[in-house]
Amino acid sequence: MDKINTTPIQGSNWVAFKTIINKEVTRFTRIWVQTILPPAITMSLYFVIFGNLIGSRVGTMDGLPYMEFIVPGLIMMSVITNSYANVVSSFFSAKYQRSIEEMMISPVPNWIILAGFVGGGVLRGLLTGCIVTIVSMFFIDNIQIYNIGVLISVVLLTSVLFAMAGFLNALFAKSFDDISIIPTFVLTPLTYLGGVFYSIQLLPEFWQTVSKANPIIYMVNAFRYGFLGKSDISIGVAFGLIMVFILILASICLYLLNKGKGLRS
Amino acid sequence: MTKALSISNLHKTYASGTQALKGIDLEVEKGDFFALLGPNGAGKSTAIGIISSLVNKTQGKVNVFGHDIDTNLTQAKQNLGLVPQEFNFNMFEGVEQIVLQQAGYYGIGRKEAKKRAQPLLEELGLWDKRNNASRELSGGMKRRLMIARGLIHSPKLLILDEPTAGVDIELRRSMWDFMQRLNEQGTTIVLTTHYLEEAESLCRNIAIINHGEIVQNTDMKSLLAQLDMETFVLDTQGLPETLPTNTGYEMRKRDENTLEVDVKKGVGVNGIFAALSEQSINVLSMRNKANRLEELFVRMVESGSDSSEEKTNG
Repeated sequence: MDKINTTPIQGSNWVAFKTIINKEVTRFTRIWVQTILPPAITMSLYFVIFGNLIGSRVGTMDGLPYMEFIVPGLIMMSVITNSYANVVSSFFSAKYQRSIEEMMISPVPNWIILAGFVGGGVLRGLLTGCIVTIVSMFFIDNIQIYNIGVLISVVLLTSVLFAMAGFLNALFAKSFDDISIIPTFVLTPLTYLGGVFYSIQLLPEFWQTVSKANPIIYMVNAFRYGFLGKSDISIGVAFGLIMVFILILASICLYLLNKGKGLRS
Repeated sequence: MTKALSISNLHKTYASGTQALKGIDLEVEKGDFFALLGPNGAGKSTAIGIISSLVNKTQGKVNVFGHDIDTNLTQAKQNLGLVPQEFNFNMFEGVEQIVLQQAGYYGIGRKEAKKRAQPLLEELGLWDKRNNASRELSGGMKRRLMIARGLIHSPKLLILDEPTAGVDIELRRSMWDFMQRLNEQGTTIVLTTHYLEEAESLCRNIAIINHGEIVQNTDMKSLLAQLDMETFVLDTQGLPETLPTNTGYEMRKRDENTLEVDVKKGVGVNGIFAALSEQSINVLSMRNKANRLEELFVRMVESGSDSSEEKTNG
């Protein structure tokens, strides 16, 4: 008992942030078979089926071989899905097991909690993005990078955005069903219709306008611009839109966290 | 002088309309070992939830070591440690990982956290299990893990919400010893428990909460002095059809061999044996029906229920 330290300590928010990040990384690497492996397998199948088998018959898209055209979209698709999935499942399971109370009783500010979970989601999103990029190298001769700055900033901001969306979903979720409804019925259709597999220039004008209401179109196109220098939409608009969505989602998440939505009765 | 815990006019009404707290006032002195007792659903956990920021209050003030939870929540939280009633850690995480993470949330760096965690885990008999997933621990070990986690940032006020529930007697006694030593080192402890023997032997001051109101708030000695009658259970070799009368004691037959005797405060127990000897009743053993605090507790809670029923019926 004499060895037990009973002197209180004044700690820093940076340590708290690192702790949450470390906890998140430990979680998704511990269950890598569920988190890291599936996107690698799924995306390999996409490359084989859409890229090699069907793609060779499609010819070119926007002046590019079909395989090259779909690579940026598929990388972005895995980043979006994994950033979202990591936060929604980690935060909801912390709520479900009540281990979130460990953070709630501690002096860690709510913005650090949000930043920590989002940071964890971004890291998983980027890790799977890198894995899919490496997998894609087996299917195309060389990956060209048109603008590395655009490439990195778009993937990072998109990952932040969808990690926050996952956090918001987890705040409202009351059951495990609630954390699969949005990914299945909203995120997947928006991603598939988000210009991953086709250029929206192929669509009739009316459907091009409708497509522009899908925020994922902007992210996929801006990312593709970073790789290939080709985009259906303005890069400036894409950045502006992503930033606005991030600000809106961050404000909503912090407001609900401060109120204790789904956490405090 | 600053109190370790000060609660005034604390109200909580849940969205369902249930009024869990009806304006409680409570003060806990620095260094105290304080019992907060009450039947299930009395409002104890709601009060603890509000103090530790897990439940939103409807009205009232809470100060932890002089820090108002409305205006100075960070400081209030730094001074507070909580060992909740329900297991609330991630079952897939390791024992040491859980404790180190908790230190991290308080901003304690990994090196310092490791230095603090080892003696805590050793003291609580968890060091050998530090790399095990928490789900692999026994019930008693899980409770001790929550104590280690609650103490990692060295809080000045520790709230223990039924820390020994479901723990065997040997382990319970070692946990009492641990809590006592912690209190002697200066940590103020607020304890809720259903083991009234635990509260009686550990705590110096006590509050009893019932139907969201404090029905008693005093020191343990004064409270126990209020006990005007004790009931004893006597095991005999056999009881006659009719029990002795005019003995000065209220006697009841529980079964063919067991007798319950009410003894008023100040009246000795010798007369019981004299009266029973006259009828040739041999007493084999004698014990308290319940411990002293338990008798008082039951009486206070029952009278509280009666008055609330009267209010409802009236």
